[in-house]
Amino acid sequence: MASGKKRDLRVYPGFRGMTWFCMALLYAPMVVITVYSFNSIRSITTWGGFSFDWYVKAFNNPSIQQATLNSLIIALAAATFATVLATSAAIAMIRGRSFRGQSGVFALLNLPLMIPEIVTAVATLVFFLAVGIDLGLMTVFIAHAVFCIPFAYMPISARMEGIEGYYEEAAQDLYADRWASFRYVLLPMLLPGVLSGYMLAFIISLDDFIITNMVAGPGATTLPLAIYGKVRTGFTPEINAISTIMLLISCLFVTGSYFAGRAGKRRGEQR
Amino acid sequence: MAGGPPAVEKSSGRTAGGIGRGRALLLTPAMLTILVFMVAPLCFVGVYSFLTPGTYGGVVWEFSTEAYIQFLFERDFLDETLVFTSSYLSIYGRSIGQALVATLACLAIGFPTAYFMATRPEHQRNVWVFLVTVPYWVNLLIRTVSMLFIIRDEGPLNAVLQAAGIIDEPIRIAYTDFAIGLGLVYSYLPFMVLPIYAAIERFDFRLVEAAYDLYADRWTILRKVILPITMPGIVAGSLLVFVPSLGSFIAPDLLGGGKHLMIGNLVALQFQGSRNWPFGSAAAVILMTLVLIALMVLIWLKNRNRVEGR
Repeated sequence: MASGKKRDLRVYPGFRGMTWFCMALLYAPMVVITVYSFNSIRSITTWGGFSFDWYVKAFNNPSIQQATLNSLIIALAAATFATVLATSAAIAMIRGRSFRGQSGVFALLNLPLMIPEIVTAVATLVFFLAVGIDLGLMTVFIAHAVFCIPFAYMPISARMEGIEGYYEEAAQDLYADRWASFRYVLLPMLLPGVLSGYMLAFIISLDDFIITNMVAGPGATTLPLAIYGKVRTGFTPEINAISTIMLLISCLFVTGSYFAGRAGKRRGEQR
Repeated sequence: MAGGPPAVEKSSGRTAGGIGRGRALLLTPAMLTILVFMVAPLCFVGVYSFLTPGTYGGVVWEFSTEAYIQFLFERDFLDETLVFTSSYLSIYGRSIGQALVATLACLAIGFPTAYFMATRPEHQRNVWVFLVTVPYWVNLLIRTVSMLFIIRDEGPLNAVLQAAGIIDEPIRIAYTDFAIGLGLVYSYLPFMVLPIYAAIERFDFRLVEAAYDLYADRWTILRKVILPITMPGIVAGSLLVFVPSLGSFIAPDLLGGGKHLMIGNLVALQFQGSRNWPFGSAAAVILMTLVLIALMVLIWLKNRNRVEGR
């Protein structure tokens, strides 16, 4: 695309270096904590050999076990709930022609992204206490389900935009009812987006700290809350181990979501 | 789906500008969830900020503007005595300052990075974008914990510097304003890079050649051609860094050690520690107002830029 002269013009000295600096800043802390989680001794300066001891220790800790369980239950429930709602909303927003108040609805669906998280956190807390809902797993689930909606909505609506309406029309011409044309025509085509959205919602829920910290009752400690509590009392190698696992889960899910979205896009292009 | 076929057909086909029953039904669950569990709670906060604090947290239903007066009163009081430390307004000032510095630092790192990424061959670009995107999705608490792990007094950074003989005593990085700034940059850097990248990727590099033919040098081209055209991306990126930085909680809490409060911590404290709900609500309302102002300023900048561009 570019001639030699053009390419020269596009290069600025120092920009490459800055890019590597940027990558180092983004990744160094995560890499370092991962490396230390495998150090068999507590030392910062010496390497005592590779070991999984801290992982074993962390997983034998009953409070970590309980927190992991809580986190998984909430993430599964909130992501499922948010994905169903987001899918239904995405279909309504994109299929058919535009309606009055559509941009308002769009803003509402994305509202959780725009409000500072700490404000959402205290608002949700105040609300639950005011209407008399006891803090616990249920309140955490509700709060998570709400802010997961826009995250699930984004990839689903992106996918939905790439699917022309005539597939469903064709199905209906062949006497499929609304449900059948959704179930056997639209949903399979939408699935990469739905999967991508589900994964994003899942990690967003799994990772949330600020809102959970406010609305979790005493019995509803999630993994990020447990890590926070431990960090406040001082660093232990177990923290490195749990952190590394959470980093790994996030990375796996983002990668999964990314490839699910891309696979969907590619298939869409072929069609 | 639940609406049944005829209703959907009729409404989406004929009602001009209106929304059909089927589509309305599909939208209702998501909208209702957000309305009840997000919009209503935000209204509660607005109302609570005008009430009287209860003794053990909570509120007494008595109208009062005390929560807002508390901000101003503290300032008047402190203008004569201590200036920086304990005033509420200074917490807001500090937060705005920290957020601005973080935004500028992100811009200084993010623009060259985005430019470099966008000028790579096409197949490499996706890899770069992916590399910048991943940290955004990674648990912010864990990322901040890893940062704290490295920069704390007994952490690897100090250990390495000491072992290398560069310093004798561990230097204090954690629990300072610098640490908070570092944490904010580290947290929100991807937000700066991605919109700028999108803008530069769309940029037509033939303009650079044209400028070069008119005897502009590299830096003049950057300043007069590339920067103005990619300004929408820069504006969007700055907004995406500034807004979450302003309301950040985790970075000041962990990296600042709870001593260098930002607005987010002030708000949280009122609902956890000192338990003054109306004051906390007022603090939250003011934070939201600041966010709104930031949004409007940046939209204004964007529009002005567009007019100038033409």
